[in-house]
Amino acid sequence: MIDKVTRLETAVDSIRSGSTIMVGGFTISGCPLGLLRELSKRPVNNLTTISEDIGFANTSSFPAEAIRELFTGGRIRRVCASFIGANPFVNELIQKGELEYELIPQGTLAERIRAGGSGIGGFYTPTGIGTIAEKGKEKKVIHGKEYLLELPLRADVALVKAYKADSMGNAVFKYSSANFNPLMAMAADTVILEVEKLVELGEINPELVQLPGIFVDQVVLPERRAADVQQT
Amino acid sequence: MYSKREIIALNIANMLHDGDFVNLGVGMPTLVGRYIPRDITVWLHGENGCVGQDATITGTQEEMQRWKAEHGGEDSDWKTGHRDLINASCEYVTLLPGGCCFDSSIAFAMARGGHLDATVLGGLQVDAKGNLANWMVPGKGVPGMGGAMDLVCGAKKVIIAMEHCTKEGAPKLLKECTMPLTAVACVDVVVTEFCILERRGGRFAVTAMNAEIEREELIKRTEMELVFDKRLHEMEMPAD
Repeated sequence: MIDKVTRLETAVDSIRSGSTIMVGGFTISGCPLGLLRELSKRPVNNLTTISEDIGFANTSSFPAEAIRELFTGGRIRRVCASFIGANPFVNELIQKGELEYELIPQGTLAERIRAGGSGIGGFYTPTGIGTIAEKGKEKKVIHGKEYLLELPLRADVALVKAYKADSMGNAVFKYSSANFNPLMAMAADTVILEVEKLVELGEINPELVQLPGIFVDQVVLPERRAADVQQT
Repeated sequence: MYSKREIIALNIANMLHDGDFVNLGVGMPTLVGRYIPRDITVWLHGENGCVGQDATITGTQEEMQRWKAEHGGEDSDWKTGHRDLINASCEYVTLLPGGCCFDSSIAFAMARGGHLDATVLGGLQVDAKGNLANWMVPGKGVPGMGGAMDLVCGAKKVIIAMEHCTKEGAPKLLKECTMPLTAVACVDVVVTEFCILERRGGRFAVTAMNAEIEREELIKRTEMELVFDKRLHEMEMPAD
């Protein structure tokens, strides 16, 4: 019988220096904070992250020391996101030239990840036409309207979060916390799913599964800390 | 006394219809939700993944910490509010019966695919061609465009909520935008505290004005050329 349940301490072992990591979440809603905290203790560096925003780098949502661990000493070297926002700590690193960044429109980012996980070689979108987002991209007129070619996006590892899952990795999200998680779970070589609750096989009605377990490699239930409840 | 933002929000809310699906951008546009007439239902879309946002849960920082601790897990839901139910401005919200949740790819399919009746965004500059700049002030850091570039593609009506001039008094309605664009020729309506502008046949027409401003004064504070509708309406003012 397949059992993907893994201890938090060993789950992030597959992350190597130089890896590209997708991180789920819209700010911290649906963000795998337990996995990130574990990652912040590891001696890996030169990581690239792909995420909607970098909400996990916001001190109001994640312990400041863990963020510093993630971003200093060259651990995360490059961030790809649609929104970096009012984040003084990260903006400072960017100003100092210690952190590279790439901005991608949010809908394009979602679709590039979906394409990456679905075996699609790219797609044409109207988003970004006439803006700096079109730089270097092929343009095409389809039915009289101009579009940009966007290419698929994949990662070595995806860190994603759901509300609950079974040992196969079949998962359910709470309300608006799905966001990028089900997309990223399709688009990485190794997919680590953090959950708040583990349930028995068969407990989730198959027709209500939002993330099919086939996409998931490991399921992790981090020990819930009082601080997490307060912080998230 | 009401603020400029309240005038703008009220006049945008008045443009919405019963049954409309509308995305409200971060900042001033979220205020629009408060002025939607009570006798209609507008389905508010959040690109973070929900439709049907109803009440916003607010409180002091301490109150919100307590609220979050009490509203996780199975004991709370979309009717009471939940730690995992937010709008795109990251405020905790409840949903109306009939609301639903989905992932980011579907959220943007709704926007680009033409399924939204309107999207309301803030603006830094709008120019005579309907170009919009709203995501980056050169020299002031790199916030990112978020979903703005996608949201303006496909919505049936793009409404810009912005103050008429900058804090320094410089016009924001320009002949040509000088800041990095969000999208080209995408703006349908601009609502400022002084007027409502609608773009028709490639040019902006003033369709309504704040009774407290003279036409000459409006022209002086606007760089783009304005035409005035023959039947000029008066903007509604919020109740004190």
